[in-house]
Amino acid sequence: MPLKTEPVMINFGPQHPSTHGVFRMRVTFDGEVIVDLEPVFGYLHRGIEKLAEAKTYTQVIPYTDRLDYLASMSNNFAYVLAVEKLAGIEVPERAQYLRVIMAELMRIASHLIATGAFFNDLGAFFTPFMYMFREREKILDLFEMVCGQRLTYNYMRIGGVSHDIPEEFLPALRRFIDEMPGFIEEYDWLLAENEIVLARTKGVGVLPAHKAINASASGPVLRASGVKWDIRKADPYSVYDHFEFEIPVGMMGDTYDRYWVRIQEMRQSTRIVKQAMEQLPSGEVRTKVPALLRPPKGEVYAHIESPRGELGFYLVSDNSPRPYRFKVRAPSLINLTVLRDLCVGWKLADAIAILGSIDIVLAEVDR
Amino acid sequence: MTKPLSPQEVARQIREHIPDAVTDFDESAVFARSEALFQVARFLKQNLDLDYLASITAVDFFEHFELIYHLTSITKNHSVILKTRCEKGEKVPSVISLWQGADFQERDIFDLMGIAFVGHPNLKRIFLWDGFKGHPLRKDWSKNAAQD
Repeated sequence: MPLKTEPVMINFGPQHPSTHGVFRMRVTFDGEVIVDLEPVFGYLHRGIEKLAEAKTYTQVIPYTDRLDYLASMSNNFAYVLAVEKLAGIEVPERAQYLRVIMAELMRIASHLIATGAFFNDLGAFFTPFMYMFREREKILDLFEMVCGQRLTYNYMRIGGVSHDIPEEFLPALRRFIDEMPGFIEEYDWLLAENEIVLARTKGVGVLPAHKAINASASGPVLRASGVKWDIRKADPYSVYDHFEFEIPVGMMGDTYDRYWVRIQEMRQSTRIVKQAMEQLPSGEVRTKVPALLRPPKGEVYAHIESPRGELGFYLVSDNSPRPYRFKVRAPSLINLTVLRDLCVGWKLADAIAILGSIDIVLAEVDR
Repeated sequence: MTKPLSPQEVARQIREHIPDAVTDFDESAVFARSEALFQVARFLKQNLDLDYLASITAVDFFEHFELIYHLTSITKNHSVILKTRCEKGEKVPSVISLWQGADFQERDIFDLMGIAFVGHPNLKRIFLWDGFKGHPLRKDWSKNAAQD
């Protein structure tokens, strides 16, 4: 006599270490295999888009820090670019270079967390995480030197950056850039060919290129599927066209490739920082901008390649000192569109690996 | 650089294929009638290779809403901004069958701005809870009104 079975629904999260914040998945299982998955959001919704409508353009900058808190510099960057585009403000060249240096360091720091947390989820309990934190700590020290903060930097300003770098910054940065390739080698040596890592990630959660494009995936998730699309190259902003770097792309679009692309991007970011440091011009770091900036009537969309993908800000101005509409194109949220399709057919442990490889920050997902 | 296609040229091409769908264009965007939005979007995807829906935004202008679609072609590296206007309470066709990436973005707009999309398979609130009253990103929304 056949056993009578029925699908079981399990609530995964919102309080769970592997969801990287307060994120819930309603997972339906047939035995051990996932047959359906629905992400549930909103546990960290603070209404930042609405809040920003009551703040002046400058006052919004600290709010952008609190979107993707693992890449605050990138959020600052995208937002100030949007306001500058809207108001037609020129930025001194030194400030542009400093912004690129900070954004690329931020990318390294963010990818370090993404990779460390990913291996944590896979069961390599805190060893890779601690290796990654060793280097992230150095980047945070560098950020602390320039703006006194270690998480929410609020470093960029409309028309430049808040302070010029202190004397001790460049030697420390040079030391870091010289060391970093060696550390990345070390990660590769530890992880890239580890048998357990390969068994857990190779061929798991394959995202084909056409599907990645159709689902508006961006960042490492899109590039791991073999799509050579990086806004730094495709639609260069700031001074990114002054530097030489490659866009690493994956072949399979599986969980391993998403990890691999992040490691390669760290190498490329190191290259960019090195070039930016050598070419760093002297001069002002901030243009004079009225304290109560009133951009002309109009609207603007500015996007950058943040560590998680296409981060865009859409601003509408009605010539008042406050944005009429402030909208964030949040890469973490949109990358989750593919989560269900990737997880169906795999087991729960694989779903955790897949979610870890997408690399979400809930503060940005929920806004 | 991503090349923005001339809205005038795009509007002309759409008009040739779908009469009465385009109402207007300006220096950055093409405006489509909301009822014809799906046909226009499909035309843009198929004929101008706009395979990537970068973002959807909704703006409340009191007398009407404006929906802004940022479309990009990854293969050809060009972009088009498609806009449409709708009245309060009017339903707009969903583009989820063209671009899966519209899924959470349309739910986001439905939740916070209160624009319903016809053809979305799972249109429900995304951030706020089901019993929440009103749509906070609307300009006429107030905390007190929501507590009634």
